[in-house]
Amino acid sequence: MSGRDTYLDWNATTPLRPEAAAAMAESLALCGNPSSVHRWGREARRRVEDARAAVAALAGAPADAVVFTSGGTEANHLALLGSGRGRVLVSAVEHSSVLQAAPAAERIPVDGDGIVDLAALAALLGDGKRPAIVSVMLANNETGVIQPVREVADIVHASGGLFHCDAVQAAGKMPLSLAEIGADFLTLSAHKIGGPTGIGALVLGGGAAAAPLLHGGGQERNRRAGTENLTGIAGFAAAKACDAGEYDRVRALRDRLEAALAPDAVIVGAGVPRLPNTSAVAMPGVSAETQIIALDLDGVMVSAGAACSSGKVGPSHVLAAMAVAPGIAGATIRVSLGWSTSEAEIAHFIDAWTALRRHTLGRRTPLAATPVAA
Amino acid sequence: MNDVYLPNPLSNPASDRANAPPVYLDNQASTPVDPRVLEAMLPYFTIDYGNPHSESHAYGHRAMAAVDQARGEIASLIHADPREIVFTSGATEANNLAIKGAAHFAREHPTGGGPQDRPRDHIVTLTTEHKCVLESCAALEREGFSVTYLPVAESGRVDLAALQAALSERTLLVSIMAAHNEIGIIQPLAEIGALCRARGVLFHTDAAQALGKIPLDVEAMKIDLMSLSGHKLYGPKGVGALYVRRRPRVRLVPLIDGGGQERGLRSGTLPTPLCVGFGKACAIARDEMAGEAVRLKGLRERLQAGLAGRVPGLLVNGDLDHRLPGSLNVSVPGTTAPEMIEACSSIAISTGSACTSASVEPSYVLRALGLSDARANASIRLGLGRFTTPADIDYAVDAIVAAAARLRHRDQVKSSGGTTT
Repeated sequence: MSGRDTYLDWNATTPLRPEAAAAMAESLALCGNPSSVHRWGREARRRVEDARAAVAALAGAPADAVVFTSGGTEANHLALLGSGRGRVLVSAVEHSSVLQAAPAAERIPVDGDGIVDLAALAALLGDGKRPAIVSVMLANNETGVIQPVREVADIVHASGGLFHCDAVQAAGKMPLSLAEIGADFLTLSAHKIGGPTGIGALVLGGGAAAAPLLHGGGQERNRRAGTENLTGIAGFAAAKACDAGEYDRVRALRDRLEAALAPDAVIVGAGVPRLPNTSAVAMPGVSAETQIIALDLDGVMVSAGAACSSGKVGPSHVLAAMAVAPGIAGATIRVSLGWSTSEAEIAHFIDAWTALRRHTLGRRTPLAATPVAA
Repeated sequence: MNDVYLPNPLSNPASDRANAPPVYLDNQASTPVDPRVLEAMLPYFTIDYGNPHSESHAYGHRAMAAVDQARGEIASLIHADPREIVFTSGATEANNLAIKGAAHFAREHPTGGGPQDRPRDHIVTLTTEHKCVLESCAALEREGFSVTYLPVAESGRVDLAALQAALSERTLLVSIMAAHNEIGIIQPLAEIGALCRARGVLFHTDAAQALGKIPLDVEAMKIDLMSLSGHKLYGPKGVGALYVRRRPRVRLVPLIDGGGQERGLRSGTLPTPLCVGFGKACAIARDEMAGEAVRLKGLRERLQAGLAGRVPGLLVNGDLDHRLPGSLNVSVPGTTAPEMIEACSSIAISTGSACTSASVEPSYVLRALGLSDARANASIRLGLGRFTTPADIDYAVDAIVAAAARLRHRDQVKSSGGTTT
């Protein structure tokens, strides 16, 4: 890697924290299956259970509330398919793993800032239909916009419904408490908080239960079969969330970045509470695809929305749900920072973005789009 | 290259046995990660950490290139096309995806099924399959599918005539494990495959134990779906794969949907280091399988001979001619498996499958072979692996022989069961 590489796609995946790498290397040296009764197995089991307590603490939950899964996508499926509720409501800005888990779900609209419409939610739930499960994410992966999840929980529970909250992007970037959120199901993913890919968790609120998606050996108290991913679980537990000082530092860097671009950029969701690390930045007149290719050539790695859309640089369903004008939506890139992001990297991004804009649009014709030259 | 502290997984030299625990003989439950596998994985933890689905930048491209190389290594080991390999979180998920996915597709597409446009809704499996196969079948029964659970002979192998008789025009899928996790016996895969293909029935095999231990060829064996696991092959836990035949195409309804990864069959961010480790494990197995099989078979025979000569009445469970080279299952008369495990605390042995071994009931597998409860209760599983040495075998024989003798004379000896020697 050259010294000029600047990774600002932390919402897609994060570099592994050194603590997580060390914990994983240590666990990779163990050969026990946590379900085995001999000492190798018991040692593996002890590590799984220690890790479970640590991951539970991340969400302010008791250890036995944590069901380890292969990641956030599986956890979202486990909640929505395992809740036993035939009626599913999801916000229009949910991650595709939630949308696809329940393709027939009713959509809860959001306002222009991406905030879920609580009155619309109450109206949908108040129509006397079957009890529902409602899925609203804590913070959006593309914009960082934070939802009023406590209010959502109260509305859902008043109707006799269950509340699932996808906290994959929020975890580690803001304080997290299952009790304060009031969720019956909470989804976490390790590789968004400095842990490894391939491991996540569904945290169950008091009394909630989910019928298993995977059947088999009875692991995870019959809630998720399959040999525990000991290495991933150890890395997840060691990844630990940012402390308050880190949030403040990252937020200051993000704000500096936005301030530097301010005259020429549109920041989506700037007026509402957001994650400290995320910025959805539009360069009007230049397509997102053009921007990410040009920035990549300059050594700056960002994305045009969610990574899992697998290369399709199509219109974002999140921005469409917010009724962002197509000219802005198609020109929006996602810049996401993390614990090791440096001031030099932010300066690198600002330089590259500014140069790209100057070369593409010129100084005086901000809306006259021309093809990128370089 | 990195500053991560790496304990050596093999740091139990045979010459340093003063302090147990030195001998791991539970390689069916899980295997140590091969240091070469670990070395291949490490850069993807710490340097090339991109999301392989991030198509917009070089970090993502490098991660996807590594995943694709691993996919090729896995495919090569089973004579498949890389596009036929779907990464999963392990063999349990692969088995669930294969069985439920095929069944749900058939239900949703009745015209693709048997006569009178009625969907095929019958599944055939064995009473000795792994729990995750049996439980997936049970879940489908609750949805209205019918399942035939065929008994097996005392050898543990399927009765091909009984299998043929069980197939009907309604039969959608046969699921039979390639090599057994508890008793190590190998099923006649090519014969089963030919039988299924002739009847238009899908053949799924759980090859978690067999992969890299015996030759597997999805073409020659006419296998349509095959479940694979990383951590049974000196790779990491948390990753496996399902082979899904392309020609003729096998169609599945995904269990986990979302971002559309793995050609829509399995959504979720791919764990690049785990995929890389699994691929490396397959590449090593491809190069070393033949020689390793000879070595392990020799060690297994040494183990069996050592025990048979010194444990009165020792019984071997399961067919001896069709068996994984490193797998042995024996009953030690006058003992029970939980007692033996406790008495042999310096070696890792087990009773049956790890997934259910937290409960120490007699193995449903051994009872399905027709063994008496006493013999099933007295059975222990010994799994040799790549890092097992002749000295390990001799140590284990001594430990098992001593434990068996102590247990048989426990009334006189009043032994505590401790084994530090």
